[in-house]
Amino acid sequence: MSQRGGVPVVPSRMALTQIKARLGGARRGHAMLKKKADALLVRFRGLLRQILELKEACAVKLREALFALTAAKYAAGEDLKHVIQESVHRATLRVSTTAENVAGVQIPCFECRQRAETPSLAEGDTGGEGHGRALHTTYAGLGKGGQQVAASREAFRAALDAYVRLASLQTSFIVLDEAIKITNRRVNALENVVIPRFEETLAYIVSELDEQEREEFFRLKLVQNRKKRELEKRDAQAAAERARRAVQAFAAFDAAAFGDGCSGGSERLGLLEQAAGHDPELLPL
Amino acid sequence: MEMLTFNASDGYLEAMMRGLRASILTASEYNNIMQCETTEDIRMTLNGTDYAPYLQNEPVPLQTAALVTRLTERIVSDFAGIRSSAYEPLATFLDYLTYPYMIDNLVLLITGALRNRELSDLIDKCHPLGMFEGMGTLSIVATPEELYRDVIVDTPLASYFVDCVSIQDLSELNIEIIRNLLYKAYLEDFADLCARRIGGITAQVMAPVLGFEAGRRIVNITLNSLGTDLTKEQRAALFPHVPNSLDAEIVHLLARADDEPAVAVALDRSPVFRALFQRAADHPERSLEDEFFEHEVKLLREAFDQQFHYGVFYAYFRLREQEVRNLVWLAECIAQRQRAHLGKVVNIFG
Repeated sequence: MSQRGGVPVVPSRMALTQIKARLGGARRGHAMLKKKADALLVRFRGLLRQILELKEACAVKLREALFALTAAKYAAGEDLKHVIQESVHRATLRVSTTAENVAGVQIPCFECRQRAETPSLAEGDTGGEGHGRALHTTYAGLGKGGQQVAASREAFRAALDAYVRLASLQTSFIVLDEAIKITNRRVNALENVVIPRFEETLAYIVSELDEQEREEFFRLKLVQNRKKRELEKRDAQAAAERARRAVQAFAAFDAAAFGDGCSGGSERLGLLEQAAGHDPELLPL
Repeated sequence: MEMLTFNASDGYLEAMMRGLRASILTASEYNNIMQCETTEDIRMTLNGTDYAPYLQNEPVPLQTAALVTRLTERIVSDFAGIRSSAYEPLATFLDYLTYPYMIDNLVLLITGALRNRELSDLIDKCHPLGMFEGMGTLSIVATPEELYRDVIVDTPLASYFVDCVSIQDLSELNIEIIRNLLYKAYLEDFADLCARRIGGITAQVMAPVLGFEAGRRIVNITLNSLGTDLTKEQRAALFPHVPNSLDAEIVHLLARADDEPAVAVALDRSPVFRALFQRAADHPERSLEDEFFEHEVKLLREAFDQQFHYGVFYAYFRLREQEVRNLVWLAECIAQRQRAHLGKVVNIFG
């Protein structure tokens, strides 16, 4: 039997146990990865729904924010934009990133955090100057339109928050998509390539071992038969020899001489010795 | 007395004002604009008004930012025409009309100077009515001290600066507080100009207008400083004191107000502001600011009822400004498809 798709391996008992262990490992891994893929997929579907909802919410919030800005401009004057632009010197909202763990996948999670309106000295700001500037935005429109400016600020903050959340979701969406693809590839690879290959190898080793066993058995039988035949042959030879010697001895025996011999004892003894030679086996005859 | 001599020097210009008043958009024109679907339709509607030549060369589609620029251009050209043929003391009066813009521009430039911005970039962002002579030389100014010594001193605003802002304040005080201090000084000076230096019918007509302007600022500053770091002393220092404004007692109460109910209690003593406050509270879709605008327009309209005074000039330009605000608001509402809010505009002449 050839080793078509299997792992190149010497078919032996040891290889059999090894492959069995590897097959078991692959099956366990397959089950786990399958679970992981399912978990990711559940999360993924949920994300998709959330993203859709949030995208719509974002559009609405941005419209509201832009309109609030229009209202602020109406109340506080057209140059509000420049005033605000010139007075901003650092962002009051920061985005921080944390990692979330979903079924072993690290998903970046963005969060909008508001910096304190009045920066502390620890932040490296030089006292009063930073203090005054940071407060500026809260005073914009003090003389007129302050409430509209505040409303506009709130609206934009809400819109920004929604956008940061959307960014967070979309990033996780991409990361999850990638992770799901990788996991699915692994699951499929295990299911369709690795496990069948091990199974095939296993079948090959088993069949090869069986074959070896049969060969061994046949060889055993063959040797046994041959030994048996040889034994029989030797037995037969030995019998034939004995018969031949008996005939020889009988032929040498002369009845007349036997009579003579009975008279002359010494001559008879000499004859007997002559017939049997020095074969000690024949002597007792 | 004024009836006798007014027309000798200012009669022509006053007549011009009354002529220009006819070109202020009417309620039916506003109604037509409200029917528009796009900003291009607004241009079509405005083509039937005085604004036609100013919007001709704007590329399609009409942007609201461009609309603002063009409409402001119209006010500026009106103003330049009037100012160039004005005699004293009308010329001074007209100059005073540009000071608020000048304050805004100067504050913008100071902010830029404090942040080491290229000042020549900022000049483009300044309001054209608030341009002053020293502006061209601003590009050579590097530090706030230089700005103070070389530029501000030469502007008409120098006296306001000297009174309320020192050179140290320039970098230490919040710029928004400086703006309000300047505006306070300006308003008091302007009221003084009308009441004492010009006097007569002008003083009579301008008194309620400026009084309301001052009162409105006081209320706004109070409301907007609630919940901020501004101390009550600082707040009180920003209140303009103009005759015919809120009573001293109300101002005192406002200076010590801690929350909105306290402001409401204080304003209860002023019939005008109580009515405005009440109406803003009754209509959730209208803000106090909207009520202020409406009342201001009413006062300005009344300025046209009398003759032989300078109040019409003030009223005309303020009303034009409100008209620009109205048009921009309508354009923004239409561009952003927020038609529900179209009704916020203030009709100027019924």
